[in-house]
Amino acid sequence: MVQKTTQEILIENLSFSYPDGQAALREVSLQVAAGERVALVGPNGAGKSTLMLHLNGILQGDGQVRVAGLDISQPSDGVLRRVRAAVGLVFQNPDDQLFSPTVFDDVAFGPLYMELPLEEAHRRVERALAWVGMEGYARRVSHHLSTGEKKRIAIATVLAMDPRLLVLDEPTAGLDPRARRSLIELLNTLPQTLLVSTHDMRLVQDLCPRTVILDKGEVVADGPTEEILNDEVLLHAHGLERP
Amino acid sequence: MHYHFLDPYRPGDSVLHALDARVKLILSVAFILAVALTPAGAWPIYVLLLALAVALAVASELGATYALKRALIALPFALAALPSLFTLPGAALFSLHIGHWTLTATGPGLERLLSVVLKSWISMQAAILLTATTQFPDLLVAMRAIKVPRLLVAIFGLMWRYLFVLVDEAIRLTRARDARSGSLTGRGGRSAWWRARVTGGMAGNLFLRGYERGERIYAAMAARGYDGEVRAFPLPSLASGQVALLIGGLVSLATLTLLGIWLW
Repeated sequence: MVQKTTQEILIENLSFSYPDGQAALREVSLQVAAGERVALVGPNGAGKSTLMLHLNGILQGDGQVRVAGLDISQPSDGVLRRVRAAVGLVFQNPDDQLFSPTVFDDVAFGPLYMELPLEEAHRRVERALAWVGMEGYARRVSHHLSTGEKKRIAIATVLAMDPRLLVLDEPTAGLDPRARRSLIELLNTLPQTLLVSTHDMRLVQDLCPRTVILDKGEVVADGPTEEILNDEVLLHAHGLERP
Repeated sequence: MHYHFLDPYRPGDSVLHALDARVKLILSVAFILAVALTPAGAWPIYVLLLALAVALAVASELGATYALKRALIALPFALAALPSLFTLPGAALFSLHIGHWTLTATGPGLERLLSVVLKSWISMQAAILLTATTQFPDLLVAMRAIKVPRLLVAIFGLMWRYLFVLVDEAIRLTRARDARSGSLTGRGGRSAWWRARVTGGMAGNLFLRGYERGERIYAAMAARGYDGEVRAFPLPSLASGQVALLIGGLVSLATLTLLGIWLW
């Protein structure tokens, strides 16, 4: 397998339809280089979440998908495991992401399934919780946490796997301004390649130098955030607005 | 930190809260077993077991009557033993005439009925104290320790995690319905049949939401490498003091039970 270090995500002509026949992605092509921070914006139902689920092989459509140097168009079990260790996918609703009895169990879930030595797994949990500023929360029970705390822990659950690529679905949805601000600051400290799907245009402005607009399953714009956010006609045409 | 109103856990730092969940789970099960094995009519043993339960409630700092009151919830189930009042042979106490039938209550029958009611009430207290002083995640670890199948423990864990989420969702649905159940005349809404249909629709809605949530949770698990096998960290070892307590507790309960079986 040829390792392409420069392109972390390489998608060519990806199409996907749900079992009910509804087309969610049409001929999507997207390249993201290592270390880039890219915002994925678009109206509801544009296919943003569907695209994200292709990045670690949970959904598989027609077309070429290479992520973290792995071809996951027709992946074997081994490749799927490796790509899932390389891609940290954070779902929109932290109640879906945090399914374990305690915070510790949730953050340890990824390392445990990566079959890391136990001490290493423990260290990863501590490090991930420290990274998101949630030290001392390990023994807490998820349903006792606030939404902001849950979001941070949800991010810790994937940071513990030491991924090369972070894929976040609506990270600021449902957060109050203070929690939102501190989450953006947290994301700004992360070194990973970042793909963020969001409706929060100020998050886009503050975090991502590059923006991709997805509408009706197609990439309709891809360029520097500043240019795209200043193009009011383009934004309005796709149900978006300036920050 | 807020606790869900459905969560029986009451935070505290009593000796009972601090005790290892494995010790608590095993001793609770042993206590219930001891109560169940004590023969009918062994009243002094019942008094001792009840005193033990109350003493534990006091030690848990929840109050002597905490479990006494809550354990009454088991009483309706104990009524299943009502027929024994009339079916056990022995000296007649009184007779009931219902139409053609005559039901004769007997002394041994009464003794059996009272024993069953008392036993279920005492057993229930152990379960209540266990869940009030132990966080559910610790209880799951304890279940793993006594070799409850891993898959079953994982299912309990998921059930516990999402029970609250689902109940909150149901509460929101009910509120949304109530908020739109205004009336111009001030009188109640439409027919009972219509309201039943609305409730049915809500139940269906809740089921669909639960189903979709299940799919999203599975995706979140798969994204972090879940492969169908349930994995967990090895259990921490039990401190020697806790082991001594466990053995002491088991021996005392066994002694009480044997005493009951011997003497009655």
